[in-house]
Order: sequence, then C-alpha cells, then structure tokens
Amino acid sequence: MIFSNVNINNLGQMPKYSWWIFVTGLGLFFAIIPYFIELFVILEMSRFFGMALLALSMGFLWGYGGMLSFGQTAFFGVGGYSYSVLALNTGETTGALFFAVTAGMFIAAALGYFMIYGRISNIYFSVITLVFTLILEKGIRSTSGDQYVIGKVRLKGQNGIPNVPQLEVPWKAGIQLDINWFFYTGAISVLCVYVGLRLLLASPFGRVLVGIRENENRAELLGYDVRKYKFLAFTICGGIAGLGGALYAISIPLAHPEMFSLGRAADVVMWVLIGGKTSLIGPVSGVFAIEYFKGWLGTQGVGQVTLVLGAVLIIFVLVFQAGLIPTITCLPGVWRERALIIKNIKKYLFFIKTAMIQINKIDKFVTFFIKNK
Amino acid sequence: MEPIINYLFQIGFSFSIFILISLGLAVIFGMMRIINLAQGEFLMLGAYFCTICTQSGINLWLSIIIAALAVGICGIIIERLLIQWLYGRILDTLLATWGLSLLLVGAITTIFGPQTESIASPLGNVALGELLIPIYGIFMIATSLVLLLLLYLLWRHTRFGLIVRSTMQNSGAASTLGINQNLVYMLTFGFGCMLTGFAGAILVPIVGAYPTLGLVYIAKSFVTVISGGSLPLLGTISASSLFGTIDGVIATISTSVIGEIVVLFVAIILLRMLPLGITGRMTKGV
Repeated sequence: MIFSNVNINNLGQMPKYSWWIFVTGLGLFFAIIPYFIELFVILEMSRFFGMALLALSMGFLWGYGGMLSFGQTAFFGVGGYSYSVLALNTGETTGALFFAVTAGMFIAAALGYFMIYGRISNIYFSVITLVFTLILEKGIRSTSGDQYVIGKVRLKGQNGIPNVPQLEVPWKAGIQLDINWFFYTGAISVLCVYVGLRLLLASPFGRVLVGIRENENRAELLGYDVRKYKFLAFTICGGIAGLGGALYAISIPLAHPEMFSLGRAADVVMWVLIGGKTSLIGPVSGVFAIEYFKGWLGTQGVGQVTLVLGAVLIIFVLVFQAGLIPTITCLPGVWRERALIIKNIKKYLFFIKTAMIQINKIDKFVTFFIKNK
Repeated sequence: MEPIINYLFQIGFSFSIFILISLGLAVIFGMMRIINLAQGEFLMLGAYFCTICTQSGINLWLSIIIAALAVGICGIIIERLLIQWLYGRILDTLLATWGLSLLLVGAITTIFGPQTESIASPLGNVALGELLIPIYGIFMIATSLVLLLLLYLLWRHTRFGLIVRSTMQNSGAASTLGINQNLVYMLTFGFGCMLTGFAGAILVPIVGAYPTLGLVYIAKSFVTVISGGSLPLLGTISASSLFGTIDGVIATISTSVIGEIVVLFVAIILLRMLPLGITGRMTKGV
C-alpha cells in the first residue's frame, strides 16, 4: 500500500507550544462560530460533539492501545440511558451527566475485567465487545412492556425514552441551558477530552500503553503489568463514551436502542478508520466529515446510504490503510514520488516524440521516393 | 412426561439452530482465521435464494439445496474479489467484511425492499397429549445431526478434507507438497459460505427472509465459535450443546431474549476461565 507506512512520531513528549496555539485557536473558533452559522447547523454540530467523544474513545483505544473495541457503542448507549433515567427520575441534570460517565466506566470495568484479565487475544476482544453491544441492544429493544420501569421512567423498548431533559445551569436549578450554551458544553467537553488524552499520552501511563501496543510480551518482560494498563485505558474510554452518549441523547433528545446497534458501531469504525487512528484529531474530523457526507448522500436520493458506506469502508480498508488525515499529511512525500514518475514519463514521451519525428522523416522520404518513381 | 418432552424438544431445537448457524463460521473463522462479519448476510442470501426458488414453484427441499449451492458460488466470487487480498491481515478482514455486510444489506434492501418475504411452514405438527410439536423442528434437529456426521466424514475420511486441514495448519508446507494454496483457500471459503447458505435456507420457513436477518444470528454464531475453540467440529458441538441447553431451558421459562443474554454472560465467564475456548488446548481431531 502506498499510504500504509505513515507514522506520526511525536508520542511520549509534552506537546509543543504550537499545539497549544492550535488548541486555543480551535477553542476560539468554537466560541465565536455560533454567531455566524444557522440554528440548524448549531443543532447538528451539538449532535456531532457527542459522536466525536465516542470516536475519540475508540480512536484512543485502537490507535494507541492497540485494542479494537466495538463495545464503545455499548458504553455510549449505557451513558445515554443512564443519564435519561436518572435525570427524568430526579430532575437533576448535572449529577446525571456525571452518573452517565460513571455508569460507562463501571460497565467497561466489569466487561474489561473478564476480557483483559482473562487474557483473551485481541481478535476475540473485538468480537466479544461487538457481541456485547448487540446483546445489549436486543435486551433494551425487548423492554417494551409495562413491567420494565426504573423509578418512574418506562424504558419503552423499540421506541426509546423520549423527552430526555435538557441540561440545566449547574448553580441555578430549573434554568435550562440555551442552544448556544449546550453547543459550548459539547465543544468544551470534546476539547477537554482531547487535551486530556493528549497529556495522558505524554505521561508515563501513555508511554507504557503505546509500548504495550508495540510489543505486549516485551512490555510484560520489562516488568509492567500489561493487564492493569489495558484495563485502565479501557475503563477511561468507557467513561468518555458514556459522556458522549449522554450528550448525544440530550441533543436528539431521545435515548434509543439504535445507540447500541451494529449500524452505529459501524459508524464509529468508519469515523476512526477514515479520519485516521494515528492521531487524536483524526477520529474527530472523521465524525464531522462522514456525518456531513451522510447527510449530503441522504439529500442526493441515492437510495440506500448503507450501500455507499459499505463500499467506502471496503475501499478504505483495501487502499487507504492509515486514514484520511495521515494520508493528507504524508501527501507531500507522495507528490515528490509522483513528480519523479512524471519526470520519467516525460522522458519516455520525449523519446517517443523523437522516434515519431524520425519515423515521419522516413515516411516522407519513402513517399517522396514512391512519388518520384 | 409432557413437560420433559417439551424441554427436550426446546433444547434440541436450540442446539440445532446453534449448530446450523455456526458450522459455516467454524470453517471460515475457526479454520481459515477470517473474521467474517458478513456471515449473517450469507445466511440472509441463502434465505432469499430459497424464497425466490420456492415462489417460482420449485419444491422446498430442492430449493434449499439450490440456495446452498448459489450462496457457495457467491462466496467464491466474493473470495476472488475481496477476501484473497486479506489473508493474514486478520483485523482488516473484520473491517472489510463489515463493509461487505453493509453493502449486501443495502443491495438487498434496494432490490427486495425492507419487508419480510415468508413461505408457509411445511409438515404440520405432531400432537403429544396437549403438546403440539412442529415436525419441521424435528426435521431441523435431524438435519443438524446428519450434517455433523457428513462433515466428520468429509474432514476425516476424504482427500479433500485432508488437503484442507493440512493447508489451514501450514499452508507453506502444503504448497511445497504440490497443493494449489489459492484454490484450496477459495474452495474452503466457498464451502463455508455454502454451509451458511444452507442454514439460512433451512431457517426460512420459521423466520422468513428480510434484509437484516443476519443481525439476529451473527452474535450467536460468533459466541459459539469463539467459545468452541480451535477445533471446527468438536468445538462447535460442545459449545452448541452447552448454549443450546441453557438457551432452550431459559427460553422456555422466560423469553428468548433473556436466554440469549444469559448465553452471552455464560460465554464471557467461560472465556475468563478458558481463554482459548473449550477445545483450545486440544491439538488433534477435527
């Protein structure tokens, strides 16, 4: 593959000041953008922030921990549902948001204990997490009866829990955040998680994690408890996915079994794979690109969006292994090679041209000869 | 007496479903090490082929065979187009076949629409006192047992089985002995698809055919094959009997969804104790 040898090698170091400028710029961009775009776009972007957190959790685990976890959608859904249930029961939203994070972490820890401390291999890890989210979806979908009630909230099976309460101002109970401020909440959480994960990668913990990704046996022989590091990373990412799920459920506003589904899990894979898993900004940009693309496809009347998405996924696996962002960043190198090829082609063209001229000359000579015969 | 027979029938029925849906995957995932997430879609293709044949007037039993062969041919085409580039890149097979699964679901929805195509269940019921047992269920149990026997004979006592097993064990050594690796891989993948298509066709009279049919069974089949471990036949049998018993009993007591959830939890705990599956430490046998 042309693009497979992409490697961004800035790990283990504290981020440079240019990176901080980039983050500040991003923050400022998000701070002013609601004043320049339409209401619809603000709402759409608030929805994307929940998904971006999901993508970040998956991208971190896959790209830096070497664990391909499809169960992130399980924690995403658990986050959404636990926020909805608690907030509808108590009417208190800030606590419910934190509860969603805790619930995601707890479920991840419970699942992670069995898988990671059982030392099942990476492939089984992927499949088991996938099966876990599918079974959860099935379980939630079957809760349509009246007997499935938590507190005073009915789970409602296929239909999901409607009217998920909007976040309230933490220090003033009863006053809801307006649309702009909800947008800011999403943006701030994505930025905080992004910065947090970047700093985590620079810490000893992150370095050991990347070491484990590179060679698990070597890390173990050097005396690190591999299982502990993987388990912690998995738990943290479960919490991030839970937060994403809560924000997503608020933004639609609906907690729906769709959040656990195979389609959603496939979306996450596409975001991370297409955005690129060798950087943290890749998955986030993948969310915005793919979701925008999907919305655009829906308006084009191509019929089945999944058909196109499936084809895109296959092409990316076969051709653009590293993803879009790393491919773009390595393009200059590729262009240089391209230039070399073009130079060679020009050489051949020149050769052919001269040959053609010679042939023409001979041709003219022959015709001249025949005519004058 | 009747409750006991009812339980026995339910257990046998669950067992046969587990066997049918996971035998193909045991070949493709267990032997070839390809995580085929499009497995459920092959099941769905089998169901659709069978429905089309039956609706065009062909006998059901014949159309089951036709559907199996057709899915096998589809599998060979897909192997040539997609899978052959991915041997050895195990996580990539997962992602690429996931794309394939989305693609197939989208294509079938475009062609046939999202509604369920169903055909009438043949062979009525047999009455035992108050209890009605569908004969088709008994047929399924019998089919799965016969299929297991045939597969045992195929893997163990034919030249094809020997060649396939040796190639999956050590493809380099096999090819130095003059075996055409690519051909064997292609045929084995096609054979696995054929088994899956057969299962899909058998399931049609019970569940019908619809584009997302695969999603219902994909989790079950992966759980069975992973818990079964490395031996394709013995692993599938042992995991299917365990899960079939649990699923059959719990589905009779409460709902089938609870049965599936319990099966998953048992599987996770099982993998905590035996990370390589039930037959993970066995090296001989099939």
